[in-house]
Amino acid sequence: MMFSVAAIAILVNMGMVLALAIKGPTVYDRILAVNSFGTLTVLLIAVLGFLAGRPAFLDIAIVYALINFITTIAIMKFFKYKFIGRRSGEDLGGL
Amino acid sequence: MEIVLDVLSWICIVAGSAFCLVGAFGMLRLPDVFARMHAAGIIDTAGLALVAVGLMFQAGLTLVTVKLFLIVMFILYTSPVSTHALAQSALSMGVKPKLADDADGNEYKKEDEPSKT
Repeated sequence: MMFSVAAIAILVNMGMVLALAIKGPTVYDRILAVNSFGTLTVLLIAVLGFLAGRPAFLDIAIVYALINFITTIAIMKFFKYKFIGRRSGEDLGGL
Repeated sequence: MEIVLDVLSWICIVAGSAFCLVGAFGMLRLPDVFARMHAAGIIDTAGLALVAVGLMFQAGLTLVTVKLFLIVMFILYTSPVSTHALAQSALSMGVKPKLADDADGNEYKKEDEPSKT
């Protein structure tokens, strides 16, 4: 019962955050919304593991938390410098 | 003992869900990206930590509690880092924070006019 309450609340939150990701005026609003969406997904995976009686889902939640952080940093680097990797033999001016 | 753990778990999970709702509502209602980061911080700290503590009360002293603790500590460390990087990136790309002076509908603060004080 308590896991159902938590899962429903988290799903409602994910909908609201996704609405911000769609309507956000700047790209930074969208990045922030996607970051929060990832945090809520970690939480939803953990709660669903308890709801299904299989807490081994927490491994997936740990991996998702790791990927979420890397994704946010990579997307911000992409929107600031227009590429993610450094091409060889190119001076990027203080990067 | 069982009922005490259940009550503590209920309190933590309901409080965490309420903090998550407040954070998501703030992200929709606040005016610009810097204020929205403040609301996103509620989800990343209070919401996540309280729901995870509620799950820990249900799991007891097992490996599941260790994994939940790892998730909470990791997000508590990475959320300020990504928020700081996002704020710095938005500032350096020219997004201006909305100030209290232009709360009356003016989008940009007129800097060439003398102040009215």
